[in-house]
Amino acid sequence: MARIDLVDLGHSYGGDHAPIESFALKPVTMTWRQGGAYALLGPSGCGKTTLLNLISGIITPSRGKILFDGADVTLRSTRERNIAQVFQFPVIYDTMTVGQNLAFPLKNRGVPRAEIDKRVADIARLLDLTPDLNRKATRLTADAKQKISLGRGLVRSDVAAILFDEPLTVIDPELKWQLRSKLKALHRELDLTMIYVTHDQTEALTFADTVVVMHDGRVVQSGTPAELFEKPAHTFVGYFIGSPGMNIVPAVVDGREARIDGHVIGLHRNYGVLPAGAKIEIGVRPEFVDVAPPASGLLSATIERIDDLGRIRFARVRVGDAKFAARVPPGFSVPDNAAGLVFDPAHVHVYADSLLVEGVG
Amino acid sequence: MDKTINQKAWFLVLPVFLVVAFSAILPLMTVVNYSMQDTFGNNQFFWNGVGWFKELLDPSTDLGSRFFASLWRNLFFSGVILAIEVPLGIIVALSMPREGWTVAACLVILALPLLIPWNVVGTIWQIFGRPDIGLLGYTLNHLGLNYNYVSNDIDAWVTVIVMDVWHWTSLVALLCYAGLKSIPDAYYQAAQIDGASRWAVFTAIQLPKMNRVLLIAVLLRFMDSFMIYTEPFVVTGGGPGNSTTFISIELVKIALGQFDLGKAAALSLVYNLIILIVCWVFYTVMTNAGVDRSRKEGVAS
Repeated sequence: MARIDLVDLGHSYGGDHAPIESFALKPVTMTWRQGGAYALLGPSGCGKTTLLNLISGIITPSRGKILFDGADVTLRSTRERNIAQVFQFPVIYDTMTVGQNLAFPLKNRGVPRAEIDKRVADIARLLDLTPDLNRKATRLTADAKQKISLGRGLVRSDVAAILFDEPLTVIDPELKWQLRSKLKALHRELDLTMIYVTHDQTEALTFADTVVVMHDGRVVQSGTPAELFEKPAHTFVGYFIGSPGMNIVPAVVDGREARIDGHVIGLHRNYGVLPAGAKIEIGVRPEFVDVAPPASGLLSATIERIDDLGRIRFARVRVGDAKFAARVPPGFSVPDNAAGLVFDPAHVHVYADSLLVEGVG
Repeated sequence: MDKTINQKAWFLVLPVFLVVAFSAILPLMTVVNYSMQDTFGNNQFFWNGVGWFKELLDPSTDLGSRFFASLWRNLFFSGVILAIEVPLGIIVALSMPREGWTVAACLVILALPLLIPWNVVGTIWQIFGRPDIGLLGYTLNHLGLNYNYVSNDIDAWVTVIVMDVWHWTSLVALLCYAGLKSIPDAYYQAAQIDGASRWAVFTAIQLPKMNRVLLIAVLLRFMDSFMIYTEPFVVTGGGPGNSTTFISIELVKIALGQFDLGKAAALSLVYNLIILIVCWVFYTVMTNAGVDRSRKEGVAS
């Protein structure tokens, strides 16, 4: 159990002298608090697995330091760091039974027999593996094999942190929900630091109390699911999280007004000074834009189609060249495809070169 | 669905039938034919039934005693070289680099002995071991070891075994290396996380993942060593005395030296049968080792 600090931590597979743009993980400084449930979210190839492997010690960083509870562990081996990690594809030891697989990490550390048996029995019960304990692990389904991998990660009670590298990819959806809630329950019970890598936002938002979003080797935002939803720090977070993603359109911003296509939208805050020469965009989540019958005060749009998501309907509309998604209020109907858009000014954000600009109250 | 009846299709398989018949079945049947007859030359043959087989399997006769003596030599030889080459091959494969230009260099060096023709290997070692001009023989004798493979049984055996190990360990090593390379990195990473020792990684991951290639390596090496002829023939000629006379050497002596076609044919058939049976038993046991257990489990659960 430990607090994990990353200090200017970066990694390049081409060595430290490679240009910073080619780093798999651009230098980052951040803290993972003890007992937190974190999700590391981002598309494939954004550096999540690299960051995870740096923390577990499978790869040695080309720059920066890793501290566990203040102690520098950068050059220590995985074993010394006392980390548990579960991989994307099941890793099982072919010649062993399920029970022996679960006992393996404890046996290697010289834990007394009685203690091993107790832990293995506990974990097996938790993962519904008890009936299979004496079977050869090779003959189980992929689901069960991954449960064994999970079990091996969970079986040690004294680990500094448990890292999950997209562990539920091979598991079918029904079981995915069950296992995820089990992990969550386990997290509450054991007070362990857990870091869960995924590219699935539902998985990240349901598992974690802090979501760390990565994009192109950079940590772009770290916050609670609500923060990520309401105030994305980067346009990438805006459209990666949420379904459909945030609407991001180029605009001219001046003080409390934003101008799209010649139409003025009121803003909640004052954006007096914007970086010169930056690309200015405004971002607003579809949940905070409503379609309405066309009217003179509204930004006029053309409806292309309406997606019915069950609880809510979203219209895909076009404003000039820009595409928008907007909420369709209950009972809304228009004779043709023309509509107007109603914005909620409190949720319209301004971005300069993709980064959020804080307005003045 | 209606089947089209067209007997002309048989002509399509005819070439295969002919090739197999002339290359395998007819020569084999000729051997079977010889094994049932006796000849005194002049192309005259006399029916002998299973007489040669009876004689062959009866150790009190001359033919039988020669057969059994060479059979034990062969089995001992195969046992020894497997016991050396398999562990040695695994060790070599484990200590090979995993990436970089050294991989290619190692592979080339390992493959070299495999590319040398059998009789050249024999000649190399025949000269290498000679006490008068051979580097090995000369050195050993000057170090005070009385080494002479022409006159001493044990020296002859050691030479033949070391030669085979030199020639064929590479094959086992290359097969094992291929097996090792196919293990995904995640296994090693997981083992690292689980705190496994080097030995535990070997027994829990590497050895189980290599078992298919090891099966092939053992089969190949068994068959090859059981049929060995050229190398010991070139080095020792089966001597001193009969101490390195393997079945194949005995067979050639009977067939071409004494021109006893009947005896030689009977011996060939038994020889062939032994190899087939051993390989079949070995393969079945190795591949079913896992399957059987799961079947039993299936019934039990």
